[in-house]
Amino acid sequence: MDMTTQQTAPPPLPRPAPRAQRPAARGATRPGDRIFLGLSRGSGVLVLVIMAAIAAFLTYRAVLAISKDEANFLTAFEWNPSGVPPRFGIAVLAFGTVVSSVIAMIIAVPVAVGIALFITHYAPRRLAGPIAYVIDLLAAVPSIIYGLWGALVLVPSLDGLYGWLDQYLGWTGILEWNQGAPRSLFTVGILLAIMILPIITSVSREVFGQVPRMHQEAALALGATRWEVIRMAVLPFGRSGVISASMLGLGRALGETMAVAMVLSPSFDIEASLLDPGGGTFAQNIAGKFNEATEMGRDALIASGLVLFVITLLVNGAARLIIARRKEYSGAGA
Amino acid sequence: MSHARDAQPAAGSLRGARLPRWFPWAAAAGSVAAGLAVSAAAGLHSDIQWALIAAALFVLGSYAVSAKVEGPRQARDRTATSLVWVAFLLAVVPLASLAWETVEQGVKVLDGYFLSHSMGVVADSEPGGGIYHAILGTLEQVGLATLMSVPVGVLTAVYLVEYGRGRLARAVTFFVDVMTGIPSIVAGLFILSLWILILGMGYSGFAGSMALSILMIPVVVRSTEEMLKLVPNELREASLALGVPKWRTVLKVVLPTSIGGITTGVMLAVARITGETAPVLLLVWGTNFINANPFQDPQASLPMYIYLQYTNGSDAAYDRAWAAALTLIAFIMILNLLARGIARWKAPETGR
Repeated sequence: MDMTTQQTAPPPLPRPAPRAQRPAARGATRPGDRIFLGLSRGSGVLVLVIMAAIAAFLTYRAVLAISKDEANFLTAFEWNPSGVPPRFGIAVLAFGTVVSSVIAMIIAVPVAVGIALFITHYAPRRLAGPIAYVIDLLAAVPSIIYGLWGALVLVPSLDGLYGWLDQYLGWTGILEWNQGAPRSLFTVGILLAIMILPIITSVSREVFGQVPRMHQEAALALGATRWEVIRMAVLPFGRSGVISASMLGLGRALGETMAVAMVLSPSFDIEASLLDPGGGTFAQNIAGKFNEATEMGRDALIASGLVLFVITLLVNGAARLIIARRKEYSGAGA
Repeated sequence: MSHARDAQPAAGSLRGARLPRWFPWAAAAGSVAAGLAVSAAAGLHSDIQWALIAAALFVLGSYAVSAKVEGPRQARDRTATSLVWVAFLLAVVPLASLAWETVEQGVKVLDGYFLSHSMGVVADSEPGGGIYHAILGTLEQVGLATLMSVPVGVLTAVYLVEYGRGRLARAVTFFVDVMTGIPSIVAGLFILSLWILILGMGYSGFAGSMALSILMIPVVVRSTEEMLKLVPNELREASLALGVPKWRTVLKVVLPTSIGGITTGVMLAVARITGETAPVLLLVWGTNFINANPFQDPQASLPMYIYLQYTNGSDAAYDRAWAAALTLIAFIMILNLLARGIARWKAPETGR
């Protein structure tokens, strides 16, 4: 619009310069530009709208459910939302989610850091590339296949390990095994660890690859062994990267649904021993209870989903914050 | 250092005593043999046990020998090396077993009949039947999700890279990051509450694809953004200097330059959502029959088919689950390999 009027209008002589400069300076006033800017800004706004809608609709249905809940939503040890009166609480789910994720982290983080170091500092050069490639591919394996493998291959082969843990660590109480099928939170933790290994490995590997060569060579020149180089030059540089990688892995472990649903045999108690079947996680409970749920039951499941949503938001937000701060201070893109 | 030299003074050399190069291999072989012997003697059945015994023997044994011969610093170095190798092997075993089992169990019933028939007239506990309905459903749901999320994702990335300044752009960047971390089941619950509980629509493939596109958008935005940032600014400036409007510059110069990378990102995103089970389970519901219309009535989908066959629990159903898993994993791996191939093929031009 602006352009056409300016082209057709006879330019008045006294002030030609500002008129001629204006269209060039304000590129976004052309109709094509305005439409394109509107479209792309609209897509950006749509992302914000979706996020807001997720929070709003989950909260709406969750409030519907919680307001009818006769038990304490945070501390009750039962899940009977379609009963009269409805009683349900997330204590068992919160416990199971946290415990299985913590077990997964305890196993996965050291092993993943080990593999990342193996790829960047230990493996023969010719092997390192292909190994990193395969690990990245494994990150793409869907969770349903980990679940199938976990339920049909991992669970049957854990008897021996469970017997061992019971024999030598049973006195702790939390690693006591009463000969049930090994479909416990501990097994879930092992499976989750295997699932989040590739993602933690691949982020850590990238961070370790960015450690300045000069730092490492300086340490070597001072007579450091390879381990001392890693301890003094590589790990301090990579620490925040490893932390944020771990938190990304933790976010995945917390929200993992199908693998947990296929491996765990759930119940609404907290077992004293981690090796006894029972317990549950937020996501597993939703997938498991959804099919038979009434409308009230669905709202209750949505309420538990909202809690999961908030927890993963916090974990992921913290991870992003660490990455952002690292970018600021070190200048190396994460 | 001095401690190391005190422990093992080496005559006529500045270097301390070293173990021979073959030592780690010998130690590994020795500890595997010892692990096998111990577990045979103690009557342990599980493969996990002898492997753990061997790993512990390897780490402790090489530390002890090295501490005696080379001194504590070298011993710690050797321990770190052995720990890293053990970590690598520990991780390889389950991942290799996963790949091996899927292929070995999957080929049992996977054939042309399996790929081209549905479960329509087959009882779940009997052999026979196939995954045609599930493949059809998956392709339609993923296709719809891709159609919805690629334009939104690419345009959002264009906004962030080409236009984005100020608070709106920062908010979008932050929430795209947050969206990446949404658990798939939560995306499913959101569509469930909005589409099915509040708007009163039925279960359908389309409901599933909406949830899938929520999972796909942030991945597309992230990868497209990275690719657009790689386009050299000189190209944009050259085009603008010729008087080309900005929108034509973006459409005709920036996007074509980065199209290879964007394609890679989209294919990786498609591979990711193809395997998503949880939202599909909540929204598409599943059926044993062929339903080619994604907008009406429950459909099947490949990942859900695996889950339903698994929960059925008969041997024939397990075989079908493995075969479907092999099909799914083959599809995803082919997409991944193609995507990475395109990335590598396009790489020199973008100077990565």
